[in-house]
Amino acid sequence: MRARMPRVPPPVVALLLSVLLFFVAGVLQPGFLNVDQAINIVRLAAFLGIIAAGQTLVIISGGEGIDLSVANVVTLGAILTFMVSGGASERLLPAVAVALAVGAVIGLVNGLGIVALSIPPLVMTLGMAGVVKGTILAVTQGDIPGGVPPLLAKLVTGRLLGLPGVLYLWLLLALLMWGLLERTGYGKRLFAVGVNRSTARLSGVNVPLTVVITYTLSGLLAALGGVLLLGFTQRVFLSLGDSYLFPSIAAVVVGGTVLAGGRGSYVGTMAGALVLTMAESLLRAMRIGEAYQMIVFGLILVALLAVYGRQRDSA
Amino acid sequence: MRAAPAGAARFRNLTFLVPLLVLALAVLLNYLLQPNLFQPRVLNGNLRVMLPLMVLTAGQAVVILAGGIDLSVGAVVSLVNVLLVTLVTPDSGPAEVLLGLAVGVAVGALTGAVNGVCVAYLRLQPIVTTYATSFLFSGVALAVLPRPGGALPRGLTTFYRSAPLGVPAAAYGVALLLLVWWLLRRTRFMQHVYAVGGAAAAARASGVSVSWIRFSSYVVMGVFAAFAAAMLTLSTGSGNARLGDAMTLPSIVAVVLGGTRLAGGAGGVTGAVIGVAILTVIRNLITFANVPTWYQTLVDAVIILAALAGPGLVRRLRGSR
Repeated sequence: MRARMPRVPPPVVALLLSVLLFFVAGVLQPGFLNVDQAINIVRLAAFLGIIAAGQTLVIISGGEGIDLSVANVVTLGAILTFMVSGGASERLLPAVAVALAVGAVIGLVNGLGIVALSIPPLVMTLGMAGVVKGTILAVTQGDIPGGVPPLLAKLVTGRLLGLPGVLYLWLLLALLMWGLLERTGYGKRLFAVGVNRSTARLSGVNVPLTVVITYTLSGLLAALGGVLLLGFTQRVFLSLGDSYLFPSIAAVVVGGTVLAGGRGSYVGTMAGALVLTMAESLLRAMRIGEAYQMIVFGLILVALLAVYGRQRDSA
Repeated sequence: MRAAPAGAARFRNLTFLVPLLVLALAVLLNYLLQPNLFQPRVLNGNLRVMLPLMVLTAGQAVVILAGGIDLSVGAVVSLVNVLLVTLVTPDSGPAEVLLGLAVGVAVGALTGAVNGVCVAYLRLQPIVTTYATSFLFSGVALAVLPRPGGALPRGLTTFYRSAPLGVPAAAYGVALLLLVWWLLRRTRFMQHVYAVGGAAAAARASGVSVSWIRFSSYVVMGVFAAFAAAMLTLSTGSGNARLGDAMTLPSIVAVVLGGTRLAGGAGGVTGAVIGVAILTVIRNLITFANVPTWYQTLVDAVIILAALAGPGLVRRLRGSR
């Protein structure tokens, strides 16, 4: 087992793969290979990467940790920002605060259900996804008044030194995530809980609290993803976040974070988001029809998982 | 050595009792709101809707019992559905229908084998792997039937709506499913499935091939998915490459609602079938309780979440150990 341990870190592999895919795309589809296209793909990857940040924490926490409510929390975060701000830049801050707070509360309830009622994370967060969707329907009744604050659109799509704002925000988040995981007590406890809950408890870690904090952060970060996505799409609809649900998990896994928990990094998730987005863009650019796009994407995903998504021999 | 597994098996068989109680309560409420619930026509309609998901959930239960999970089941249902309507036309005779079904079941088993190889032998993580293969199967389904369409011989769809000997055709389907499970549970294979899902290391130590059992559980899943697709095609009478998508997550929720442990090793198909019935009756209840349309999803989700939280809540109230 030890002999098969990868020598090249997964994030590096994922990053190299996305660069390789980019050049493959350039060969297959002349005109694909240019700076604008590269920036565009990284920008798309940024949204997936930001939405997958909370998922990374949840998966590291182990105990079959997974958050299937992220997609609907993304949608809710965008809708709340849209409604509370009413399209006024001066109300952006309170709107974002409301969105993040609601996201955090949803995550908190997830965490409590998992810890206190021992509901498996998969079905707890799946059930919560339904509740969030139901709440959106009940509250908006299909009519969502509001607007996109110009400031938000500017923050996300405005360019600084030729790069869209969302990339700077992603980088900032990456720094925060790195600090959180590698330089705080919470980060240490999170990895300890992910590796083995019993030993973590024995060495004095408050396991339930750590898990609840993790799901709360996941809800908060998903809502943040929704806020930023709103700045990009400039409109809200009920299925806004849906297409990010499983990609957010795939990005984490392709980036080398182990689904069994205890091992992983946010840099890996960023690289994973980049590979997935690159593969999708490449397939779209090739114009081979939706059916074959899906088939090839499935094959690429399986291949990526075969490279770094192997599970530890738990048996 | 003999007594302990038998006792454990008996305990496992009882995991569906609590869900059965929940179902009885839900049916009673449903009956109060909808007094014609037990009229053959209404009952028949409900069963017709439930049967495909029940068959699919039975397969999901086997995979989950073996310690896996399958997110590609909806895509497999879609794939078999489009194959069936492509191979069978409204003018097809019994031979062609059987051929179509045979191809469908073979393809279902093949999709299961693909998942099984990835999970059991390449040791890829089940959740993300089956998510990945769902693209593969959906893509093939879309290539087979780019636009919704196709039709079955009228006789078949009429038969599915009929009630031979006064009992709805779909009820025979449910009975057959439970009979198949009753037989399957007695096999050495299912004993090994429980062992692998319960404690893979111990199962391996006692000579069970863990990889083979995990692989087989996915093949069984594929076959169940194919039959679920056949039932669904009888119900809708046409083909659609997206038809099964919405069935994936309910199949998992129903398994858990039915008292099966998501980590594997405990539970069974009886509970899973009851889980599907609970999901359907809840939806029925909401309709007949005149819940405003915009609130239906929320009420539905809250009830399901409450049902999922139930066992943990009861344990809490009894005093934590």
